[in-house]
Amino acid sequence: MEDKGFDRRAFLKSAVAGSAAAATVSLPQAADAQKPAAVAPAGDGYTYFGPDEAAFVEALVDHMVPADELTASGTGLGLHIFIDRALAGSWGKGDRLYMQGPWKPGVPSQGYQLPLTPAALYRAGIAATNRHCMKTYGKLFDHISESEREAVLRDLDNGKLVFDDGPPSRVFFAIVYQTVMEGMFSDPIYGGNRNKAGWKMLGFPGVLAVHQQNITNFKNKKFPGEPMGIADMS
Amino acid sequence: MAKKLKEVDVVLVGLGWTGGILAKELTEAGYKVVALERGAMRTTENDFAVPKIRDELRYANRQDLMQDTARDTLTIRNNPSQEALPMRRLGSFLPGEGVGGAGSHWNGVTWRWADTEFRIRSLYEERHGKKYIPADMTIQDWGITYAELEPYYDRFEYTAAVSGKAGNLRGTKQPGGNPFEGARAREYPLPPLVSSLAGDLFSTAATNAGFNPFPCPTANASRAYTNPDGAKFGGCQYCGYCERFGCESNAKGSPHITVIPIAMRNPNFELRTYSWVTKVLKDSDGKRVTGVTYTNTLNGEELEQPAGLVVLCAYAINNVHLMLLSGIGAPYDPVAQKGVVGKNYCYQTGASATLFFEGKYFNPFMGTGGLNARTDDFHTNWDFDRGPFGYVGGSTLTGGMTNGRPIGYRPVPAGTPRWGKKWKAESAKWYNSAMTVGSSGSVMANRYNYYDLDPTYRNAFGLPLMRMTFDYKENEHKMSRHMAQVINELSKSMNPTSMNPASARTDPWTVVPYQSTHNTGGTIMGTTPATSVVNKYLQSWDCHNLFIMGASVFPHNSAYNPTGPVGALAYRAADTLKNVYLKKPGPLVSA
Repeated sequence: MEDKGFDRRAFLKSAVAGSAAAATVSLPQAADAQKPAAVAPAGDGYTYFGPDEAAFVEALVDHMVPADELTASGTGLGLHIFIDRALAGSWGKGDRLYMQGPWKPGVPSQGYQLPLTPAALYRAGIAATNRHCMKTYGKLFDHISESEREAVLRDLDNGKLVFDDGPPSRVFFAIVYQTVMEGMFSDPIYGGNRNKAGWKMLGFPGVLAVHQQNITNFKNKKFPGEPMGIADMS
Repeated sequence: MAKKLKEVDVVLVGLGWTGGILAKELTEAGYKVVALERGAMRTTENDFAVPKIRDELRYANRQDLMQDTARDTLTIRNNPSQEALPMRRLGSFLPGEGVGGAGSHWNGVTWRWADTEFRIRSLYEERHGKKYIPADMTIQDWGITYAELEPYYDRFEYTAAVSGKAGNLRGTKQPGGNPFEGARAREYPLPPLVSSLAGDLFSTAATNAGFNPFPCPTANASRAYTNPDGAKFGGCQYCGYCERFGCESNAKGSPHITVIPIAMRNPNFELRTYSWVTKVLKDSDGKRVTGVTYTNTLNGEELEQPAGLVVLCAYAINNVHLMLLSGIGAPYDPVAQKGVVGKNYCYQTGASATLFFEGKYFNPFMGTGGLNARTDDFHTNWDFDRGPFGYVGGSTLTGGMTNGRPIGYRPVPAGTPRWGKKWKAESAKWYNSAMTVGSSGSVMANRYNYYDLDPTYRNAFGLPLMRMTFDYKENEHKMSRHMAQVINELSKSMNPTSMNPASARTDPWTVVPYQSTHNTGGTIMGTTPATSVVNKYLQSWDCHNLFIMGASVFPHNSAYNPTGPVGALAYRAADTLKNVYLKKPGPLVSA
């Protein structure tokens, strides 16, 4: 097909060059450039979490996935947005969850038995954890120190933390852990794993997977290349 | 009152592997067949296309192709003294839903179960004496032989594009294959898959230990293939999205690319999707069935489909559920030890070690459903003397991985923190440099492992949920302890940098995490109506025009995956129906 009067590729190139030039021009006066978190990617607003909950989740994902040479921080990877979207969507609202009573705690081998959707469980768990933090440290979870946060998460994980009127702490942490991992390693189309950083960290090549020859040619060899996501192939 | 439809020759409940096989065979024989499938239509082009299908979150974690537990699930308990509670979402096992059933999202592993299974009670009693079998272990001979099934195993393997290496051709042992398998008339239709590094390391170690490793037989086409019915397969791309996903390359043996489209081209066949069967209807004398009642879930209408022959082809669990809901056959009672429907529910067990090798690249993301090496030395090998270990049954050993999908697969050495910088560093370091050695183990039938109807909880149709009572017994604990020891010795011989050793599975069975979708029993086959629901032709002892397909007819579970005999038994039942039963309906075995 012949392009008439409009070269899309050339336009894109000039647009990129243009924005780079603009950035160069504004650099001397941009003290804000030191705050990368302020330049949130488009579409980052919350659809489920309220402000306190958002602050909790941002502190949570940045603690569990700290920035280092391997990846950006949890918020830099979009894990908070992944979780917000997951809870706002059908899964968060209890899609495929059997929600008929009677409700009984049962024994651990019987699995999840709470009358809460994932979204409601998250909300109740955040509120209960924040109450615990207020009682213990006089501050909300997002304001306590890193070592205090570590202690809270460990006690959630091992079930030592007992909420007076909330879900079992381990059950809450199970969904926290599940969603953080899902956000870090699922396809970026869901809002997490930004720049496929979770996949790059592991060396997972993503969704393009035509390995009939590779399985022989790369036996016991590192497989090269940048990972591809669903959006890259659509 | 249900609207009554025009009678047809045959109604099939469910359209996966067994329903597909019967649909093709019976329509070709000239019978009018209606298949009622509770789920949706599924095709490769619409449902399994790249890139959409390569979505781990949607298909592996959110289980998009599986049964919707909001509408129908089971209640679960470990023993009769507990109160059963609903499995509120899927975990330990994943029943399929939709055209193709679990046959579209299985791994493809296809075994030939042998006479060591079919004659299990006789063999153990002959060798070890009657007392060797615990009093509460309700195993029984199946009433069939390997020789009877051999032609049907062959037929299923050639239909489903199974790749593998024969170990026994007409009685002559073949190097590279499984030396313990039964005699086969000919080779597999396709050569084995390419071996992975993990498979190579396992095979070398297993050979050095005196075992007999071989490539896993699996319906992942090792190259392009056209089956005897003309269905075309692409060659497997080792994409790592096999189990829980449909195959975009048509390289996985699946009913939706083989038997089902052939049936659908036949004017004798009619498929009705979104059709949820709630009851099999009995005649007034109780000796025949007259059809089924079902709900069209697109509009809620209740319909009655009369039929001369009813065949249950749903997932194993749902076949048992429908029998209990329909009141056909006596429900099993573990206290009185009477009744048969629901009896001998079995599952599988296992153990595994993770081995870490600094400097090696396993590329776990290059994988497919059956990409591993196996040994059968502790399973079908009847020379393996169980006596010193004191258990019945056995385990296959496996080396290798089927995928490296990163939400589910991130091996780290034991003791690694679960989050933070150290967790990230270890995850990054070992993702590509680890492999697993594991076992898949049989589960013997037990008096207290069974299904019945739950007294409390109901499904979306207001019908009682099925109740599953199950736990591993001492027999399985003994086997798991033995296998953990074997796995750890074998793994150490491979000199890994470090390893997370296998530990024996002795805790109660739990509904999470995922373990295996190899649920067997509940409508078991056998030689008498007192001890079984169906005879060796899978015909109901109670109603001679009702047949039951699938793994619910297995009287116990072996270490092997169930689909080989599921397919073979369905082909055999189709032949029996065409050549014998439908010409002169009546009981095929006198009670």
